[in-house]
Amino acid sequence: MSIITSIINALPGAVAQGLIWGIMAIGLYITYKLLNISDLTVDGSMCTGAAVCVMLTIAGMPLPLAMVCAVIAGMLTGFVTGIFHTFMGIPAILAGILTQLSLYSVNLKIMGKANQALSVRNYDLLVSLQYIRNVPLWKNAIFVVAAFVVVLIAILYWFFGTEYGCSLRATGSNLNMSRAQGINTSFNTVIGLMLSNGIVALSGALLAQYQGFADVQMGRGAIVIGLAAIIIGNAVFGKIFKNFAFKLLAVAFGGVIYYIVYQIVICLGIDPDLLKLLSAMVVAVFLAIPYWKKTYFSVPKKGGNQNA
Amino acid sequence: MLEIKNIYKTFNPGTINQKVALNNLNLTLNDGDFVTVIGGNGAGKSTMLNAISGVWKPDSGRITIDGVDVTGMPEHKRARFLGRVFQDPMLGTAADMSIQENMALALRRGNRRGLGWGITEKEKAQFKEALKTLDLGLESRVTSKVGLLSGGQRQAVTLLMATLKKPKLLLLDEHTAALDPKTAAKVLELSEKIVEENHLTALMVTHNMKDAIRYGNRLIMMHEGHVIFDVSGEEKKNLTVEGLVEMFSTASGEEFANDRALLSK
Ligand SMILES: Nc1ncnc2c1ncn2[C@@H]1O[C@H](COP(=O)(O)OP(=O)(O)OP(=O)(O)O)[C@@H](O)[C@H]1O
Ligand SMILES: [Mg+2]
Repeated sequence: MSIITSIINALPGAVAQGLIWGIMAIGLYITYKLLNISDLTVDGSMCTGAAVCVMLTIAGMPLPLAMVCAVIAGMLTGFVTGIFHTFMGIPAILAGILTQLSLYSVNLKIMGKANQALSVRNYDLLVSLQYIRNVPLWKNAIFVVAAFVVVLIAILYWFFGTEYGCSLRATGSNLNMSRAQGINTSFNTVIGLMLSNGIVALSGALLAQYQGFADVQMGRGAIVIGLAAIIIGNAVFGKIFKNFAFKLLAVAFGGVIYYIVYQIVICLGIDPDLLKLLSAMVVAVFLAIPYWKKTYFSVPKKGGNQNA
Repeated sequence: MLEIKNIYKTFNPGTINQKVALNNLNLTLNDGDFVTVIGGNGAGKSTMLNAISGVWKPDSGRITIDGVDVTGMPEHKRARFLGRVFQDPMLGTAADMSIQENMALALRRGNRRGLGWGITEKEKAQFKEALKTLDLGLESRVTSKVGLLSGGQRQAVTLLMATLKKPKLLLLDEHTAALDPKTAAKVLELSEKIVEENHLTALMVTHNMKDAIRYGNRLIMMHEGHVIFDVSGEEKKNLTVEGLVEMFSTASGEEFANDRALLSK
């Protein structure tokens, strides 16, 4: 009985946190699904966003401005990866790893130490785990983060429908075709990486406020959690959500489901140290499913001339 | 119109895979020329088209299109002069995007892409009309992802895309090779129609000698990275497949031992 009560008690927090990670996953979606790149920068840029937001707020900058700076910092990390990849010809995964590794040092330098607190008692924060119960709706963490999600999806939906947004999607879909249609694919790849990491940094800034601190470890494994959110969102809502905006919403919901499951697992008394292992295994299996389907379960097409 | 001067291109220089693909290639096209290009496998036909499109830079030589020296111009910048259909049907379209989105991308070739809508209602109607001319029933599938289309359908859409915005030069690289005979014939006829209606200058690579003779006003034959044979006008009209094969043997000093060329008589 007490397990169920504790699960129910943990639920609102899990939803808020899941939505924050959902924002991170939406950022990842841009590189992973639209640009067709696995960008490991996110493991570092999430913390960069958190660190910049926390340090600037502590230094007295108004919070909204600090968050804007966090997003810009995140975009810079994407820029670095983009330059590694396009200008220096480093494979995308390796480019992301290099940036991520350098960001570990950068993040430590930004914060001055491994962990920086940002207490909601001393600062007027947008979201906090204190603002879950007994607060007016507009202050409720779930409401605030959900508003961020909705606005973000609306902006992205508009952006990827524009001429430029379409050329970004084309870049991810077919480099040859894009160049033949006059699209600067290198430039677009850099812009896509910047956009993605800007969003990831935003989620980092929100997470730091929510939990009340920034930690140099906080983005570790972010890409796996983000992928999990994308995969879960697609598995649960893929059949009914076809529109691009809804697909992004599904990603955010995927983050929520991930965190609810995470909370349940914790409440069931499973060693939290094992959670990353479990997440990675689950993601690995889901990533394998399309391959398995193709290799072991595919029925040869009749007629033989599949290309004609 | 197009001027290719002393182009050399060697792939993998200094390795055992070294391959001289273009060897002092020279070619000048006049406005309105519709040139068919033939030659054995590995003769350098695709490589020539790639040199024109700027997929990489040639080792030496100069290429001008309509008076503009494009030799050092990156591929995406030259795109404004060119309409291209590739040998591989998968290359010409973005599989994850709908037919109309692909066409909207092509309509904006050479334009600055800003924050206006990527596709307008007016364009959607225009694309439907254009698709009708293909007679493949695609006008009712404008919102389908291109990845769901067959190779022939994709190639036909690519052809439309290459000419939606009138290019200075149309490059067709065996664009019907992967299609069944009926679709191939249809796409070929459509190509001719589009070229004639829009007075385009075009280079069309083909392995089918008959097609090479039937279409266009000029025919060139490539061998070992350069042009060995160039006919136009009346002389071209009077060509026969046998004549071409013989011409090849004399010009190259080799038997025309081309698998596909002879098969597709
Ligand atoms: N990117 C590349 N890297 C290495 N070698 C290449 C490359 N592109 C072409 N080649 C080589 O250059 C030569 C000419 O190739 P090309 O594709 O132009 O021939 P083609 O005339 O189009 O032949 P086909 O009729 O088979 O299409 C070939 O020997 C090919 O192996
Ligand atoms: Mg070829």
